[in-house]
Amino acid sequence: MPRPNGAGGELHMEKSNRKPIIVVENLTARFGDHTIFQGVSFEVYEGEIFVILGGSGCGKSTLMKHMIGLYETASGKVMIHGVDITRADEKQLKKIRLDVGVAFQSGGLFGSMTLAENVALPLQEYTDLSPESIDLIVKMKLGMVNLAGYENHLPEELSGGMKKRAGLARAMALDPTVLFFDEPSAGLDPITSAELDSLIKSIRAGIGTTMVIVTHELQSIFSIADRIIMLDKAAKGIIAEGDPRWLKDHSTDPRVKAFFNRKVMEQEGRGT
Amino acid sequence: MDSQKTYNIHVREEGGKILLSLSGRLEIGNLHLFLSETDGLIRQMPPGSLRVDLSKVEYLDSAGALGLLQLEDRAKARSISLQFVNATEEAKRIMGLIDRRVLSMKPLASEKRSNIIEQIGEGSLRMLKDFVSIMTFLGDLLTALTRSFFHPRAVRLEDVFFYMKRAGVNGLPIVGLISFLLGLIIAFMSSLQLKQFGASIYVASLVGVAMVSELGPIMTAIIVAGRSGSAFAAEIGTMKVNEEVDALMTMGFDPTQFLAVPKVLAAMVAVPILTLYSDFFGIVGGLVVGVLGLDLTVYTYVQGTMSVISVTSILKSLLKAVVFAVLIAGIGCQRGFQVRGGAQAVGAATTSAVVAGIFLIVVIDSVFAILFTYI
Repeated sequence: MPRPNGAGGELHMEKSNRKPIIVVENLTARFGDHTIFQGVSFEVYEGEIFVILGGSGCGKSTLMKHMIGLYETASGKVMIHGVDITRADEKQLKKIRLDVGVAFQSGGLFGSMTLAENVALPLQEYTDLSPESIDLIVKMKLGMVNLAGYENHLPEELSGGMKKRAGLARAMALDPTVLFFDEPSAGLDPITSAELDSLIKSIRAGIGTTMVIVTHELQSIFSIADRIIMLDKAAKGIIAEGDPRWLKDHSTDPRVKAFFNRKVMEQEGRGT
Repeated sequence: MDSQKTYNIHVREEGGKILLSLSGRLEIGNLHLFLSETDGLIRQMPPGSLRVDLSKVEYLDSAGALGLLQLEDRAKARSISLQFVNATEEAKRIMGLIDRRVLSMKPLASEKRSNIIEQIGEGSLRMLKDFVSIMTFLGDLLTALTRSFFHPRAVRLEDVFFYMKRAGVNGLPIVGLISFLLGLIIAFMSSLQLKQFGASIYVASLVGVAMVSELGPIMTAIIVAGRSGSAFAAEIGTMKVNEEVDALMTMGFDPTQFLAVPKVLAAMVAVPILTLYSDFFGIVGGLVVGVLGLDLTVYTYVQGTMSVISVTSILKSLLKAVVFAVLIAGIGCQRGFQVRGGAQAVGAATTSAVVAGIFLIVVIDSVFAILFTYI
């Protein structure tokens, strides 16, 4: 497996025969003259929970937004189901997007619509289902994220954790094969965060959805991740890839060790 | 995602029991079709037992699993005992993920949804609260302005100049253009009537009186409400959302003194100047019609205008402008301070600042009209 990350990255991977659903090759992101990351390459396999982690400002969310085609890449490829979304036309991109769900950091719910209307929107737009069937699916999806009964509530009536779960229900409305989740634990208390982690695991166990999750919450990472990549702001790329538990115990990279052991790097701060 | 049929149902009898064999893909696009087809089959069956063989199901998503659970519930309702056989582990996991109790659960009442009587009541209470809030804020503002009068060093002068530039200087082109066109329209429309009586000369006095007494102050105020009142509300509203106002309070600053007073003072200077500017351009607009369309000389037109404009009328116009300025800037700031929540609330505050500002301008203008007539 090629690893042209150019950041002296550390790789820990067991041989896998699984099929890659997402392939990122030599991806470079740039805003004006400022390069966020460059030469990033990795694969996401079918059915795994793949976590993109790193410190603040390292480009985690930017990488995710490149992977879902929201940002234009400076160079490189992002292949989802074999289609390079950086070069795909609108028709191909739409087809891919129907098979990809995205749950945003603050839910991304439409404030003027109830939860039921939010979840029903993609179903009404992209299926020929009858209103009764849509109603049933909406109830089922809200039930899956433990929001049964909240159909008629507006997003503003919900707590932060509930909004994230409702966003997840909407992202799952069309049963996508890949689900992206930006910062599921951000701004949540440890219990709500753990509930959300357990929800993510139960969805993967039940439906087998491949999940790409952006986070920097250590507890979440160890609880949900099958594999991780760690981005670093200074290296502008991946500095580690593999099983987070293995990396925590065996990594020799001081940046990776510092992250997992929550220590301040001496050259970056005032020392520990 | 089309609704083409991607599955097949094969029914046969096996040892007195009915066996329903499903094959193909049970997926979201087929849910409605699957439910209606299986419902038709169930209705034809007598009470007894039914086995559903899932061994040939190639693909099952959550909507497909939902369809199977609905089939089970409908069979149960007709006293048919249903059993799924040869389900794969994957199918069992998906079906296990669905909590069938939630499908028949009644939605919880939303606090935001109320009937019309409640809405009228809530609306009335909101108006009352709004009135109290405006009055309280005006009280705070007047106190802060009085304090600023006695302690001028407490006023952030650089902020005052900044907002004077934004509300005043930057507004000059649009105020000038609109006033010019307004003068032009009034002169043109009135000339059509006055010409018939040979009274074209009175176009000058009509435009002069209309601009100085009413249209100059009111049009300027409306433009400033749209440009600056909304900007003040958005600026303070965003600061509220970002907890900047809370930070000011915790540091011991009075947000009204710190944020509202410079804006109000700037508006109190800028709006009267803009009003004079508007009066001038309105008169110039009338002059263009008078000279080009009515064959009046510039001198005759100016004489006609000067004969009806007195220093008192200009002072009255400026007094109105100052009051409008306090209203526009005050309402803008008050709406900004009212923001709770996120970006949506900032948008609502901005709209509300413009609507309430224009409404109050018209109301206060009516009060001035009565006062100036009888005093």
